[in-house]
Amino acid sequence: MAADLSGIIIAPPTTMARAAGAYRKFRRWPVIPLFLLGLVVFAGLFAPLISPHNPEKGELKDRNIPPAWLGGETALKLVVERLSINDRGSQVTLRDALVINPNAKVGDQLVIVTKPAGSTKFLLGTDHLGRDVLSRIIYGARISLIVSIVTLGVGGSIGVVLGLAAGYYGGWVDETLMRLVDIKLAIPLILIALVLVITLGQSLAIIVTVLCLFIWPRFARQVRGEVLQLKNMDYVSLAKVSGASTARILFIHIFPGTINTLIVVATLQVGIVILLESTLSFLGAGVPPPTPAWGSMVADGRDKLAGGVWWISTFPGLAIMLTVVSLNLFGDWLRDKLDPRLRQME
Amino acid sequence: MATETRINTETVLEVEDLRTYFRTRWGTVKAVDGISFDLRKGETLGIVGESGCGKSVTMLSLMRLIPTPPGRIVSGKIILDGDDLVQLSENELGKIRGSKIALIIQDPMTSLNPVFTIGDQVEEAIKIHQDIPKRSVMEHALQVLRKVNIPAAESRMKDYPHQMSGGMRQRVVGAIGISCQPKVLIADEPTTSLDVTIQAQYLKLLKDLQKDSDMSLIFITHDFGIVAKMCDRVAVMYAGRIVEHGSVRDIFNNPSHPYTAALLASVPKMDVDVDRLFSIEGQPPPLHNLPVGCSFADRCPVVMDKCREAYPNRSTVSDGHTAACWKLE
Amino acid sequence: MQKYLARRFVLAFVTLLAVSLIIFIMSRVSGDPRHIYLDDYSTQEDWDRMGVVLGLDKPYYQQYGLFLKGAIRGDLGESVREARPVTSVIWERLPATLMLGAVAFTLSLLIGVPLGILSAIKRGTPLDALGKLVALIGQSAPPFWLGIMLMFFFAVKLGVLPPYGKQDWNSIVLPAVTLGWYYAAANLRLVRSAMLDVLDSEYIKLARAKGVNSRTVILKHAFRNALIPPLTFAGVTLGALVTGSLVVETVFAWPGLGRLAIEALFAFDYPLLQGVVITFTLLYVIAAFIVDVLYAYVDPRIRYA
Repeated sequence: MAADLSGIIIAPPTTMARAAGAYRKFRRWPVIPLFLLGLVVFAGLFAPLISPHNPEKGELKDRNIPPAWLGGETALKLVVERLSINDRGSQVTLRDALVINPNAKVGDQLVIVTKPAGSTKFLLGTDHLGRDVLSRIIYGARISLIVSIVTLGVGGSIGVVLGLAAGYYGGWVDETLMRLVDIKLAIPLILIALVLVITLGQSLAIIVTVLCLFIWPRFARQVRGEVLQLKNMDYVSLAKVSGASTARILFIHIFPGTINTLIVVATLQVGIVILLESTLSFLGAGVPPPTPAWGSMVADGRDKLAGGVWWISTFPGLAIMLTVVSLNLFGDWLRDKLDPRLRQME
Repeated sequence: MATETRINTETVLEVEDLRTYFRTRWGTVKAVDGISFDLRKGETLGIVGESGCGKSVTMLSLMRLIPTPPGRIVSGKIILDGDDLVQLSENELGKIRGSKIALIIQDPMTSLNPVFTIGDQVEEAIKIHQDIPKRSVMEHALQVLRKVNIPAAESRMKDYPHQMSGGMRQRVVGAIGISCQPKVLIADEPTTSLDVTIQAQYLKLLKDLQKDSDMSLIFITHDFGIVAKMCDRVAVMYAGRIVEHGSVRDIFNNPSHPYTAALLASVPKMDVDVDRLFSIEGQPPPLHNLPVGCSFADRCPVVMDKCREAYPNRSTVSDGHTAACWKLE
Repeated sequence: MQKYLARRFVLAFVTLLAVSLIIFIMSRVSGDPRHIYLDDYSTQEDWDRMGVVLGLDKPYYQQYGLFLKGAIRGDLGESVREARPVTSVIWERLPATLMLGAVAFTLSLLIGVPLGILSAIKRGTPLDALGKLVALIGQSAPPFWLGIMLMFFFAVKLGVLPPYGKQDWNSIVLPAVTLGWYYAAANLRLVRSAMLDVLDSEYIKLARAKGVNSRTVILKHAFRNALIPPLTFAGVTLGALVTGSLVVETVFAWPGLGRLAIEALFAFDYPLLQGVVITFTLLYVIAAFIVDVLYAYVDPRIRYA
């Protein structure tokens, strides 16, 4: 009598498994990441309506104004005909003084603004050309949004189709694809991308094309793995036996099984696309100026740091980081919810 | 049963009112809730029950391997050879685990470390517990591997787990278990993932090893076939408690708790033709939210009002045979 | 083992070949290379003579053959901007990049691996939270921005470290931290999740049941298994080294290959750029091969497959 009870009593999930299930169900929505992502999408969609200034034009007189909460600095200076070398710091020429006060005379003491104070007119300050940083960040969201949506759509689809084919047909198709993925890793793609963008022109279309080169392998690999598991499922064999076409089997029977995973992968890949796009534009191969992009804004502010003008670089970089952090947190949450198996893949 | 006559009265392990709770965010999970049993020298005790009834937590508690937090042995005594394991420090436990009390785990495919050789893994326990020169450690390991019938043991020592079959790996796990002549060997579903012939061989091997060394065995299983073949006594667990306890003969011939009766009824019998197999309706209650009365009440075919009010006491059915059911009072 | 390594070796070779082909195609697609050397005042004769020198009169497959032959002999052509062999320019800049890469990589191991192990062991504690924060920043902050922020804080505000260049020993601190952070974050995440899986495994339970103390369990039994996923993903992380060094060397004006590439790019110095791309690929292939060997060493299932 070698009877095994486990086959008869359908084993209920263990306490721990049930507890884990309940935890997953009740785990709170990632409120803050979703809010931030909503903000980015909103900014991108309604940039012309909500941005306080023109992002591409500024007045030079407004340049390098700090964020609203920072005060300026003033100094009492003596109005002189010509600056003496030693007292340069405490003197001002008559010509400059007249701009500030038309009644100034030589020998007057004048209060001069040495560092401008922040004003509510420019909440996050202005850059070296007097453009409003906040408005540029709002418009920059647009670029990031467009680039990620198009890249994800095109690159993701290519990856999915290749992954489906590789997983389903196996053999040399699979082998070739996997070697391509290996080679993709070995190529300094970012350099190739830079070369392409510089030689073919800094247009959105080229940038998106180049970014697609980066992201398709991740999708292809993921889908391939899923297909390898799904293609041996009974319902797929059944479809095959009943004479369904290969395309039908792939897209109607297998593809839906990969969607959960794809949503998670896509969310996490958006973050990577945004980072790559900003890297390209930081290196000078993004959308051409003066169109604001977060990466190029960081680059703009780089040389100004030494003069204490930190806000030009800081805020757009913060925008990138918060967006990507939110995407990662949201992606992790989705993964726990949709596909806990994926955890090992990252 | 041949071994029955040889059982002496010397008690090796005594478990008294053991409670192991897990703290989770839904409340305290009472995985093991006040179990008591003892184990005599050379005896085999079977602990039987469905998945999630607390068998495995019992096993981990006996080894003091409950992950803390979230788990904790809240109260009780585990007296092995005069020492109360519950009170021992991690250091002292290190000396006892593997030498006085040893473990054979469920899954032979995952219970060996993939990056070390079989030799390394068998030798490790010997090195920890026996202060002998390197050369004899190896010889000893070899000897143990031969004891569990590993062919060409010498060359197998250099193999990695992935180079062996499931049955072979399970033998290695067994070899590790017996390598330091433990007084108590706990086998947690040691044969579930093996096929039937290998399972039978393995069980016979365990039985032989036990006979040789006079060690006591605790068999954790959900398979009554194994219980019948291997055990002297059985403890039936349900929802963290032992509901019935007695000799194999008592349990099989006179199951006194409705749960035991149901379990036995659901085992297919060779000699009787049935159209449908019996199954127990419903699921065990969640361990973090146990009902006030008997935890089996909701699934019990002979439930009474009383059952929902208080947990029944242990009643003696016959000498050495107890069950916790209101029906018996 | 030999079979595995041979396979890996062939793969590395194929990769190099593929990259060289891509580079060759790109160099032809991006225009006639003679445009780089000749100007509008050159005559048709100059044009033809240059064509013969560069081998442009031959069919494409022969041109590619010539290109390969040159590359194998270490002849990657002449830099337009510097008017000297590409290899000598690269040779000059290589040490700085290797040094930065090595320091950053060591730093990331020293921080990422122990923190990953500790986060896993002390799951849910403040230490784990700290680990998560480090990983999240490393994963989400663009390195160029992280570098600029570190530069502003430590060089401009505090003035304790040089902002850019490569002069004193401490010049390397900021670039190495910036570059290393990404790897530290990647290692931390991988080691942590691998460690959690391993600690939950049956063989760890069995090791504890044998009487092995917790220190040995973690350092001997768990650690080696927890190294496998980071090694599996080393290809991906190594690939990101190039992007990292481009950006970090640009931010900190570090005189390495990454900065050289950017300089060559904006000077339209294609031969030099080609050379840098090939060098980066070669570095990657060598590093990946070393990782493969290590991988086989750590995981016997690979060694005996």
